[in-house]
Amino acid sequence: MSRLAYDVVIIGSGAGGGTVAQELAPLVEQGKRVLVVEKGPRVDTHEMSGLELEMAGALYEDNGGFLTADGAMTLAFGRAYGGSTVVYTGTSLLAPSRVIEEWAVPGLDHGDLATRSERYAGENNVHLLEPPLVNDNNRLFVEGCEALGWDAEQFPINVKGCHGSSLCNLGCPNGAKMGTHQVQLPEAERRGVEVVTRAEAVRLDPDRRTVEVRVTGKRPGEKGRPGEWEPGDYTIEAGTVVAAGGSIGSSALLLRSGLGSALPRLGHGFTCHPAHILVAEHDRPITNDVGHPKSYYLDHWPQRYVLETCMYFPFITAKNLTGFGPAHSRLMRAFPRLQMILVLALDRAVPENRIEVDDQGGPVVHYTFTDPVIDALVAATRASARIFFAAGARRVHAPEAEPPLIEREDADRVDALITRDHFLPGRISISAAHLMGGCGMGRDATDSVTDARGRVHGLPWLRVADSSLFPDALEINPYLTIMGLADRVAEGIRDDMAA
Amino acid sequence: MSVLDPVRDRFRALSTTIVPQAAELDPAGWDRLESIVEDALADRPPAVRRQLVVFIRLLDALPVFRWGRRFRSLDQRRRIRFLGGVQNARLFLVRRGFWGLRTLVYMGYYGRPESHEDVGYDARLRGWLEHPDAPAAARAATLAATDGPAGGAP
Repeated sequence: MSRLAYDVVIIGSGAGGGTVAQELAPLVEQGKRVLVVEKGPRVDTHEMSGLELEMAGALYEDNGGFLTADGAMTLAFGRAYGGSTVVYTGTSLLAPSRVIEEWAVPGLDHGDLATRSERYAGENNVHLLEPPLVNDNNRLFVEGCEALGWDAEQFPINVKGCHGSSLCNLGCPNGAKMGTHQVQLPEAERRGVEVVTRAEAVRLDPDRRTVEVRVTGKRPGEKGRPGEWEPGDYTIEAGTVVAAGGSIGSSALLLRSGLGSALPRLGHGFTCHPAHILVAEHDRPITNDVGHPKSYYLDHWPQRYVLETCMYFPFITAKNLTGFGPAHSRLMRAFPRLQMILVLALDRAVPENRIEVDDQGGPVVHYTFTDPVIDALVAATRASARIFFAAGARRVHAPEAEPPLIEREDADRVDALITRDHFLPGRISISAAHLMGGCGMGRDATDSVTDARGRVHGLPWLRVADSSLFPDALEINPYLTIMGLADRVAEGIRDDMAA
Repeated sequence: MSVLDPVRDRFRALSTTIVPQAAELDPAGWDRLESIVEDALADRPPAVRRQLVVFIRLLDALPVFRWGRRFRSLDQRRRIRFLGGVQNARLFLVRRGFWGLRTLVYMGYYGRPESHEDVGYDARLRGWLEHPDAPAAARAATLAATDGPAGGAP
C-alpha cells in the first residue's frame, strides 16, 4: 500500500470533476497539490472507432447497461477521462429558473448559477448548428412539430469542427465535442493538476481524512492509455476531497465510507428522466446515420415530458424496439428510412427511488415507475406519434401499443392505441442517462447531504460537485448546470484556502 | 468456461426466432454472435449466468405442456406465438427474463459490424465528408467548419 498526500483530491473527471480541476489549477501555481482520480481510461480521439460494442465497453460503466435493482431500466453513464462528457451529444441548456426556484435551496440563486453556466457555454463553444448541417431526421421532427402548431427548439451544442459522424454517444471520432476531456482537463493538466486514470476511489476514511484508491492495469486489447500510476492500492491523505463521480458514483462512495448514519438523506432523491426510443418508418430514405443526432427538442414540461431528436446504432435500436421476429427484423431492415425520437419523462424525487450499496459496496439503484411518470411517457409517445405522422411517416413503432406498429391509416386513433395498459416494465425497454440526486443540496442533514456550495453537512473537508447535488430532477440536459454548480464548489475551496 | 455450451441448441432455436435472419449465419457468424454473448455474460455475476441457463431450459420445455413438443421442435409460427406470450406474461420476472434474453441475442446479432449492411446502417467516422448520401451543402459547410477531410480536432 503506497501512501501519498495531496491538498485536494477530486474523484471523477466529468462535467463536475473536470470543472473543479480547472478552477483549482491556480492553487497549483501557489504550491498546492491537486489530484484528479478517474476510474475509467484515457481514450484518445484516434481510438474512437464508432463500433458500438467496442466503444460502449471502453467508455461506459457496465457497457452502458447498468441495471436498476429490479432490472426494469438500464442506466447509461460514462467511465473515462472526461466522464459522461465524452459520450453525451453536447446539448447545452441553462437550468430553467422555475426548477431552481422549486428546489428552494438556501443560498442557491438562479441568476448566479446561470451566469456561471453561461461562462462554460462560451468556453465550450456552445452554438446552434448551421442549417446545412441539420439532417433529415432532425428536419422532419421540426416539420412535424410545425404542422401540429408546436414550437420545436434547436439545441445549442458544444462542438468545434463537427463532421456529423452521428457517433456522439460512442465518443466523437473527430475530437469535435467540447467535453471536459477536450477543454477543462487538458487546461488543468497544463497548469499542473495531476490526473490518474484507471483509478477507482474505493473508500474515504473520514477520521484519517484519507482516500483509498485502487489502480488497475490495462488489460490486453483494451482501449485507452495505460494508467499513470503503477497498478496497486494507494492511501492518499487529502486536505480536501471533492466527490464528483456522478449521481451513482458519489452516492455509493459516501455510503460505503460509512457516512449514511450521519447523513440520513444520502442516496435519496434519485431522479433520471426515464426515457425510451420511438421509431417511425418513412417511404423514402432519409439522412439519419450522418449529421449531429440531437439538434432539436420539444419541451412540454407542464405535461411532464420532453421530446428530443435522436439516432442510435443497430444494437441499441434493436433492443429498444418492442418485440421480436419478422416484424422486428423488417423494421430494422428499414434503417435508412427510420426517423427517431427520444421521449423523456420529467420524474420527481420520491422516497422509493434511491441509491444504496450492496454487501460489496457496489451501487444498487432502486427505481419505481410512478403513475405520473407512466402517464408522461404515454402522453409523450402519443405526441411523438402525431409528429411522425405529421412529418409523413408510413408507420410508427410505439412501445405502449399492442401490436406496437401503428399504420398511417390509424393515425387518428393514436390516443386509443397508445395506452398505459400496454406499459409493461420488462416488455418495454426503458433507459436513462440523466442521473441526478443522492447527495442533494439543502439546509441541514435532516433534509439534505450538502449545503448550496456542495459542502457535506458536518464534514467541511468533503465536498460534492456533480449531478448528485440536484435535490430533484433538473428537467433538462444537465451538464451545464453541473459545471455551474462545480464552479461554486471550486470557489468555496479557494476561499477556504485563502482564509 | 462457456455459459452457452450446455444449452447451445436451445439458444440457437430461440435466437433464430428472435432474429429470423440469424438462421442464415454460417459457423463463423454463429461463433461471432455467441462470443459476443459470452463476453457480455462474463462480466455478470455467476448467479445471473445460472439463471439464464435455467430460463433457456424452461423456455425450451414449457411448450411441451401446450403442444406436446419442445420449443426446438416447434414450427416458426408456434415459436413466435409462444414467445409472444412470454413477452407479455403477467409475471414481471418472466417478462424481464425474456427481455434479458432478447437483449443478448440482439447484442450478438446486431453488435456485429457485419450486420450493418443487412440493415442499411452506414455511419462514417468522417460523417458528411464520407457519407454517400451527404448533400453538397452539408459537405461544403463541414469543410468550412473543419480543416478539411482529415481535420476537425481542435
